[in-house]
Amino acid sequence: MKVFKLVFKNALRHKLRTILTIIGIAIAVMAFGLLRTVVTAWSAGVEASAANRLITRQAVSFIFPLPYSYRDQITKIPGVDAVTYANWFGGTYIDKNQFFARMAVDAETNFDLYPEFLIPSDQLTTFKRERNSCVIGSDLAQRYKLKIGDEMQMDGDIYPGKWNLVVRGIYQPRDKSTDATQMFFHWQYVDERMRQDNPGRAGNVGWYVIRISDPAKAGTISDQVDALFKNSRAETKTETERAFQQGFVASAGAIITAMNFISFVIIGIILLVVGNTMIMSARERTREYAVFKTLGFSAGHLVGLILGESLFISLLGSALGLLVTYPFIAGFAAVVPKGFFPVFNIEPITVVLAASSALLVGLLASLFPIQRALGTKIVDGLRHIG
Amino acid sequence: MDPIIQVQAVSKSYWRDSFEIPVLNNISFDIPAGEYLALMGPSGSGKTTLLNLIAGIDRPNKGQISVAGTNIGSLNESQLAKWRSTHVGFIFQFYNLIPVLTAYENVELPLLLTSLSKKERRQHVETALTVVGLQDRMQHYPKQLSGGQEQRVAIARAITTDPTILVADEPTGDLDKNSADEILTLLERLNTEFHKTIVMVTHDPRAAEKARVVRHLDKGEFKRS
Repeated sequence: MKVFKLVFKNALRHKLRTILTIIGIAIAVMAFGLLRTVVTAWSAGVEASAANRLITRQAVSFIFPLPYSYRDQITKIPGVDAVTYANWFGGTYIDKNQFFARMAVDAETNFDLYPEFLIPSDQLTTFKRERNSCVIGSDLAQRYKLKIGDEMQMDGDIYPGKWNLVVRGIYQPRDKSTDATQMFFHWQYVDERMRQDNPGRAGNVGWYVIRISDPAKAGTISDQVDALFKNSRAETKTETERAFQQGFVASAGAIITAMNFISFVIIGIILLVVGNTMIMSARERTREYAVFKTLGFSAGHLVGLILGESLFISLLGSALGLLVTYPFIAGFAAVVPKGFFPVFNIEPITVVLAASSALLVGLLASLFPIQRALGTKIVDGLRHIG
Repeated sequence: MDPIIQVQAVSKSYWRDSFEIPVLNNISFDIPAGEYLALMGPSGSGKTTLLNLIAGIDRPNKGQISVAGTNIGSLNESQLAKWRSTHVGFIFQFYNLIPVLTAYENVELPLLLTSLSKKERRQHVETALTVVGLQDRMQHYPKQLSGGQEQRVAIARAITTDPTILVADEPTGDLDKNSADEILTLLERLNTEFHKTIVMVTHDPRAAEKARVVRHLDKGEFKRS
């Protein structure tokens, strides 16, 4: 018989209480995992942003366009490696609930600046050649069961009319942080239609993406870009891709802060649940601990018994919670509107946080019972009626 | 015969709020090796306190207690715990077995503190349980045993490390007459057959009759017999 066996037997002495405690921890860990995953999904764009990319947009607001003619001027700035541009298309595919990013991009350069989108070269060549073609992410292809050659019909809102596009490429994400739910098609395709239907809107781009050779010079180059167009009809604001993405996230900053706060409140709830169980257990075993001491068991042995039981319960609850978190989050992702969270994965840091929190909770929850068990004199403990 | 237990000028008092309650008052006596001593006296006379002091689970305010040549007052808590594990076998009134452990595992508990191998521990446990006549109840849990059987398991636990002394606090106090007789016979056998030094606290005159020496405490002092 070993100490571990005794820890195990002690933990299961009140089976119902232990099981309820473990389930309580599991539910709390699951809620913690969900909240953390939502928080990380919200900032997935920020995390995935590249250090060597800058975004130039209209200084007043992102919704105002920039002239296409800026492109050549930006390209000439020292330290600028490459420039591409894009427009937010919006529109509807199937119905309004089917949300994913649809962007009109420069087919020639877009994928050069986004190496995280892995597209076979033959598909890229075809995409560049055919004006009405599009490239979609693999998740999108899977979601709508689309394959090369399939047609996608869009109803335009920002750019009114019917838009028929043919899937000529399916990109794979480079890693789990890459959004594989985007759709890219030719900016020229949209621009041509604008020249015919609404000439005043032709020749405009939504934003420029600039690749720089030295990320350390991002500030200087940004200033240089903005200085170029100062006092023009469309002044620019240039910032790193990370800062640009953070701008989007900042609008939901209060919600994210609240979710972060609640996720850690949950840890406190787990602590109370385990702490309550351990305090009840230790109180009931006051006489037993006195017997152990009488038999010659040291303070270290008692610490091992109480801490072991506390860790056993909290880690088992945490493991169970993490185990059910995966299907729970998959289920959650299935019910939120498609494309709302393009990247919705349980990050390793979430697992590490949950596991280390459980470890910490197990440790903290045992402190009071340990202090009580060690502080009680043997003669008082033997007289205890539990 | 040389004394195995020496109690010299021991006093003990407890504090309840701001009141000091004297329990033992300048007690001195020796117990020779192989003795079977019964301590009797009314409730509050200090007999259990004296037993606890001899067993090293409490400390006197004054005086000195030596067991097998060791002044146990000089030991720190950790040393005292180790000393108890090798020198004292404790038998409680309410058995105090660990309910989630079998009879075998309960008896094995003190042996986990020794360097004995698993096989050696098994031999010790089986021997102890055979001595108390419970070799066929090894895998039973305390709740599956009668009171008398539980106390016999407790005695097996007390003797399994072959301690220097056995201390028993009202060992028959929670038992019916038949079970109490079995326990008293067993203790007598441990003293006569295995030469164990036994100090027993009891209210029961029939239990005290089995001891070789009976001493009466009253108000913290020995009464002259």
